[in-house]
Amino acid sequence: MKSIKNHLSLVIALVSILFSLQVLVITDRAIMSYKEQLASQYSVVVVAKVSLKQEQFLKMDPLIKSATALSPDDVIKRLNSGMDKKNIELLKLTLPKFYKLHLKHYPTPQEVQDLTKKLLKQKSIVKVENFAHTHDLVYKLLVLFKTIIVIFTVAVFVVTSLLIFKELRIWQFKHSERMNIMGLFGAPMWLRSAVLFRLAIVDAIIASIVSFVVFVYLSTNSWLLEQFKTLNIELVIFNPIDDLVMFLGVSVILATILATMIVLWHKEEV
Amino acid sequence: MDKVIIADNLTLAYSQSEAIINRASFSVNSGSFVFITGASGSGKSTLLKSLYGALKPNGGSLVVGGVELKKVSNSKLNFLRRHIGIVFQDYKLVREWTIEKNIMLPLIINGYEKNVITSQVDSLLQHVRLKHQAGKYPQELSGGEQQRVAMARALSHNPILILADEPTGNLDDYSSQLIWNLLEGANTQLKTTVIVVTHNIPKNMNVNYKHFHIEYGSIREVN
Repeated sequence: MKSIKNHLSLVIALVSILFSLQVLVITDRAIMSYKEQLASQYSVVVVAKVSLKQEQFLKMDPLIKSATALSPDDVIKRLNSGMDKKNIELLKLTLPKFYKLHLKHYPTPQEVQDLTKKLLKQKSIVKVENFAHTHDLVYKLLVLFKTIIVIFTVAVFVVTSLLIFKELRIWQFKHSERMNIMGLFGAPMWLRSAVLFRLAIVDAIIASIVSFVVFVYLSTNSWLLEQFKTLNIELVIFNPIDDLVMFLGVSVILATILATMIVLWHKEEV
Repeated sequence: MDKVIIADNLTLAYSQSEAIINRASFSVNSGSFVFITGASGSGKSTLLKSLYGALKPNGGSLVVGGVELKKVSNSKLNFLRRHIGIVFQDYKLVREWTIEKNIMLPLIINGYEKNVITSQVDSLLQHVRLKHQAGKYPQELSGGEQQRVAMARALSHNPILILADEPTGNLDDYSSQLIWNLLEGANTQLKTTVIVVTHNIPKNMNVNYKHFHIEYGSIREVN
């Protein structure tokens, strides 16, 4: 019973690290998905003196994905009362050309600024409307949200690592007599500490499996899926292979590093 | 004759102010049997500790099995210890292991093959008359039996040197005699160097031995 309790404290600490890490991953995926969605909706409107082809726009900045000419018909419709066809055609030729530029990804405020500058440097372009204010607000909100999650994850990581370290020290204390005796007969460090490493790695694997089960359940939970659907976000909450590998990697590496620190700080008692 | 131990102006101390052993010089030939005596607190066990590298010399030099112990690396010390068998007064057996596994320890550390380990442990259990107790844990045995296990462990890997710290201190006559017989056997048959720290040298020893006495921090050979 006592042994299960000892294991539980390490497993729970590792599960909380993995949980917060996966929350960070999900948030990142949600933000990426939202950014993709925004990118498809976001566009920059350019006013040019002359007609420009899509290829010309693509050469201006690698961020530009496509360019579509906006038809002047709507404007002309409003003005055409009493105008004959000849005058309308003349007007069409004198009106500036409007283009809508779609970007490859949702740009950062800096990228928007750079793009605007580049476009305005072109002699043929007279005005660029980048909707920077609205864009900035959404982007800053996304960044703030992600930063909060990162801070939360780092805090959980540090606190639980300290807890794991303390738990491993208790284990080491329990096994110190055996480790000392083995040392007296010349056992190398890795052999003396094999029990400590075995326990740490086994618990890391158990924690990964527990986290795996929790997130497999959450990824099929209809309420949670509904929430993302409401927000119009399509994302993979849990990728069974990739995320399990990440769980195993993080927990085993962390447990091994902490166990190594304990072993290196251990002093032989005689 | 090769020297297993060479101490030159050896000083041992737990604190800077007081030396337990002060500038002592002595040597031990390979294959010899040595008793170290002295009053309680004279530094017998301290000297023994220094011989297996648990206490580093504060001054002078101490060479055991060709390894200078004053500035020894961990890996070199481990290597040396793999060739030493130690018997402690408090046995130092691993409580969570059966006596069979306790005896196996030096063989496992030295990387012996499984079949060699099994036959060696089997033979040693017979020698120490504990074959019927192989599966028991140390705390299930008497003090004498535990010391016999410790003795079997010290002999298991045919070490070049056996260090025994008052091995018969609290034992009954039967276990004491068995321990002395095993130490004598290792010395005469296997040519193992044996160093025993004790209060009293047994009267019926069947081997030639050297006797060092420690007094007021100095070590002198007694004829």
